[in-house]
Amino acid sequence: MAKVALDDITLEINDGEFIGLIGHTGSGKSTLIQHLNALIKPTSGEILLNGADINADKTKLKTIRQKVGLVFQYPEHQLFEMTVYKDVCYGPTNLGLSSDEIDKRAKKALETVGLGEEVYEKSPFELSGGQKRRAAIAGILAMQPQVLVLDEPTAGLDPKGRDEILNAIKEMHKRLGIIVILVSHSMEDVARLVDRIIVMHQGKIAVTGTPKEVFGQAEMLESIGLAAPQVSYVMMGLKEKGFDVPADVYTIDEATEVLYALLKQVK
Amino acid sequence: MIRDITIGQYYMVDSPIHRLDPRLKLIATFVYVICLFAINDIYTYSFSILVLALVIAASKVPLKFIMRGIKSIFIIIILTAIINVLTTKGTHVLYELGWFTVTMEGVHMAAKMVIRLIMLIVSSSLLTLTTTPIQLTDGIEYLLKPFQKIGVPSHEIAMMMTIALRFIPTLLDETDKIMKAQQARGADFETGGLMQKAKSLVPILVPLFISAFRRADELAMAMEARCYHGGDNRTRMNTMVLQKTDYYAMAVVCLFVVCIFTIMLVM
Repeated sequence: MAKVALDDITLEINDGEFIGLIGHTGSGKSTLIQHLNALIKPTSGEILLNGADINADKTKLKTIRQKVGLVFQYPEHQLFEMTVYKDVCYGPTNLGLSSDEIDKRAKKALETVGLGEEVYEKSPFELSGGQKRRAAIAGILAMQPQVLVLDEPTAGLDPKGRDEILNAIKEMHKRLGIIVILVSHSMEDVARLVDRIIVMHQGKIAVTGTPKEVFGQAEMLESIGLAAPQVSYVMMGLKEKGFDVPADVYTIDEATEVLYALLKQVK
Repeated sequence: MIRDITIGQYYMVDSPIHRLDPRLKLIATFVYVICLFAINDIYTYSFSILVLALVIAASKVPLKFIMRGIKSIFIIIILTAIINVLTTKGTHVLYELGWFTVTMEGVHMAAKMVIRLIMLIVSSSLLTLTTTPIQLTDGIEYLLKPFQKIGVPSHEIAMMMTIALRFIPTLLDETDKIMKAQQARGADFETGGLMQKAKSLVPILVPLFISAFRRADELAMAMEARCYHGGDNRTRMNTMVLQKTDYYAMAVVCLFVVCIFTIMLVM
């Protein structure tokens, strides 16, 4: 019997949204996102991009992959060119653009991820882990997608590299106004960044909603192998001890404010 | 899909042949193949075919799987037949075709060669069909041990084979991932001429080689960390012990050789 990887998925993503996709290992996140740019074709059902089925016309695959940029896990493993600049040019070159346009897009993409001119002519293998990853993300950005999907972009990076990547993604979303879909295992990152969370469990969408709506159901999340952000447990603990704190605090910044106010009160 | 490629063709089923000691199977196949080159007349041929048929029946491997091996060398078989028919000199001329003469002897020779080739392939693929790659390498390691004295690194050879086999699925997975990642950047592996296609392999091969080297490095480290230092004084988890059935099988092999030579002497 064939194993069903994804089952009964219905979801709509609107322009300009920042989506967080979370779920336990093997819940179908990676499979789902590979459907979004037609790397995997659904056995049944359809995927609409701006109202048109992306699998309808085989000859338009390149256009689809240009519009939906997919950054895989450990994207630095796909770097292959002699220089960072050339590697970023690979995507736009495949689209058959003019060399002026390629140059413009590559430079803009590298700038967006915060890589300066000093690395253009360096071998991508000389860069640090965080820089490599940003170069790889620039390779996708240079195709100027309308939707940017990132599969665990911070996996295996140190805190500094992680913050650099996440800030770059946040900036991009703000500046370019594109849809960003972020697959992540870090509830903290998701809570801090996204507008809406999609929770996957065993190939299905378990729940979807704003961070506050989703993280409010900590018990349900725990039952499917996830958790709410750490700070919300601090808040819960304080509440149990009889302190007057709101229960729906999910980011460090919010928590700092609340706790600061609480400290003043207690004094 | 790329993952469907199977290397090694082990057919999993429980049969007396599967259960035999791999060392014995290796030797038996070796002996049988040598006999195939010794036999020359219809009696020994039919006896060898009969024995092979009995072994196939005992192995419970469907004929379909065994025939698959022949399919891959079909062209070689046809070529052998044609060359033998056309070039063997003889007295019984059946047909004249320009420079070539087809003789009765030629047809006989061709038939013999073809049958010999098929039996060769069938007997050796029966070995790989009934023995797991790991068992095979264990067997080879053991059988090469006597040659250590003249400088054959038997343990190292076996270890290399085991590691190579172990990494085939890993590298296939990796290739699949890299291909998808480059496709997401608009790579096209299907269209274009030969040069175009060869060029489009670079973005796959470079990352693949880099990751293979990285993996090799990591594996070497991990092995050293566990104090691996080659074959001396290493004990194994599964020691090969000859069972009763192995001795019976050994007797059958000896009996087969004796029979072949008796028939050859008598006839």
